Amino acid sequence: MPRKGTTKRSASAGSIDDDEQDRGGVRPFWSGTITFGLVSVPVNLFPANRTIRTSLRMLGPDGEPLSRRYYAEKTGKDLENDEMIRGYEVDKGKFVTVTDEELERLAPEKTRDIDLKLFVKEDAIPPLYFERGYFLTPAGNSEKAYRLLAEAMKERGDVGVATFVMRGKERPVAIFSDNGILRAETMRFPDEIRSAKQVGLPEKKKVSAATVRKFETLVKKKTKRSFSPDKDQQAEQLLKLVRKKQHKSSNVVQIKDYQRKDDGEAVDLIQVLKRSLAGKK
Amino acid sequence: MATRAIWKGELKLGTHKVPVKLFSAIEDKSVRFHILDDTKRNRVKQHMVNTETGDEVETKEIRKGYEIEPGKFVILEEDELENLKPEPSREIEVGEFVPIDQIPQQFYERAYFLGPDGKDSEYFALAEALEKQQREGIAHWVMRNKSYTGALAGLDGYLVLSTLRNAGEVVAADDLPKVTGRAPTKKEIDLAKHLVSMLEGEFDPREFKDEYRERVLEFIAKKAKGHAPRLAPVKTKRATTSLDSVLAKSIASLKKGKRAA
Repeated sequence: MPRKGTTKRSASAGSIDDDEQDRGGVRPFWSGTITFGLVSVPVNLFPANRTIRTSLRMLGPDGEPLSRRYYAEKTGKDLENDEMIRGYEVDKGKFVTVTDEELERLAPEKTRDIDLKLFVKEDAIPPLYFERGYFLTPAGNSEKAYRLLAEAMKERGDVGVATFVMRGKERPVAIFSDNGILRAETMRFPDEIRSAKQVGLPEKKKVSAATVRKFETLVKKKTKRSFSPDKDQQAEQLLKLVRKKQHKSSNVVQIKDYQRKDDGEAVDLIQVLKRSLAGKK
Repeated sequence: MATRAIWKGELKLGTHKVPVKLFSAIEDKSVRFHILDDTKRNRVKQHMVNTETGDEVETKEIRKGYEIEPGKFVILEEDELENLKPEPSREIEVGEFVPIDQIPQQFYERAYFLGPDGKDSEYFALAEALEKQQREGIAHWVMRNKSYTGALAGLDGYLVLSTLRNAGEVVAADDLPKVTGRAPTKKEIDLAKHLVSMLEGEFDPREFKDEYRERVLEFIAKKAKGHAPRLAPVKTKRATTSLDSVLAKSIASLKKGKRAA
């Protein structure tokens, strides 16, 4: 069961939705049905965010593959997966154990619906809430219903708000109509967002109009009409270093029968989305 | 309960400097577990071992490799990686501003509150100026060996700094093809708009509660007292599938519901 480099893990029962295990192929991240009123729109969900892969693999002194193992601190003995259990610390050093089965039984109902019962104006949700973006593409000949929902939302200037279950966890989601395409942004729960007061910021202070004007003048003078995002320079520099080094064979190690642990960015997300939007399977 | 500042820096806007403290505006409340050894119920530790032999490899002997092909790694030395780290700095450089609707919402990643760290008047004046002008500053800074781009905004009198994703991290809908297939008719769009308008309301975050988290914590609390409730397997809800004259039916049923309420 353990795999990541931490001895803590979240409560999500990971094995609930099988189709989310495989992110490497052309398979969608999640598939389900958007309903509004009695209209249902089957959709597939693909990530709208990606990252340049910069993670490094740990290797031995001669480039031999390494594995992360758990061991019992007292005996120093390595532990197999079935020799470990999750524990929640209720008091210092006192744990309540929770099994996979218990977590699975506490998980939300396995629904595949995104039931749009509320629409709000596009700017009604503070960006603080948004966590990750996904594109929804029509599935199973749902193009017409899909276009209908996207068009109606666009004309009203509305965003749909709902909850949905992904990876054994129910989360709030906002559905945007973005250039004819539906985009879902998962949202954080409100008790995970702090207010200025909770953070402990000092009471607001009255300031002189002249000081405010000083900043207003500066802001106006330095305003550009539009935003252009930055490149990820740190990632690019790492890749540049890798390219420079890879020509010298002494810098390169090859591991036989290597089994990849993470799925990386093996697929071209844009190509997958294009195919999916064009209705090709 | 006040939270601790995670970083201290100084906003630099032209010749003006405003010292600030950074606080996370997000608090992850997922239930976190420790991993325990099944028999003794002690916490476990981790180490790296040679996959083949199972022998432990000391941290100082570990080397790092970037995978260029499956199973093929370019070794990167510690000093080379050190050189890639950005120059440490306490400066949050705010060089330019954009109208608040200019940054696509997809770019926002994580929000931080900024609090004044001396020069309170300058801090509150800047927050007010940004709100009045409806602008966001584009900020660049280095924090914990990583360079960030962010959006600096005024929110209810305070400054909020949100980290922004970079160009390669966001797939824009503009770059994707339009959905083809049968187009809905004008009449259907009008009906759908009517349906959407009937479901319009205010965004009220209080409607959302992490019930799963609550159930897990409640279960743990009961188990701690020695009486864990019996849990039934989770049900699977069937998805509905249909279309066509359902639009009119939806509106009719909504109207009925409203009358009944």
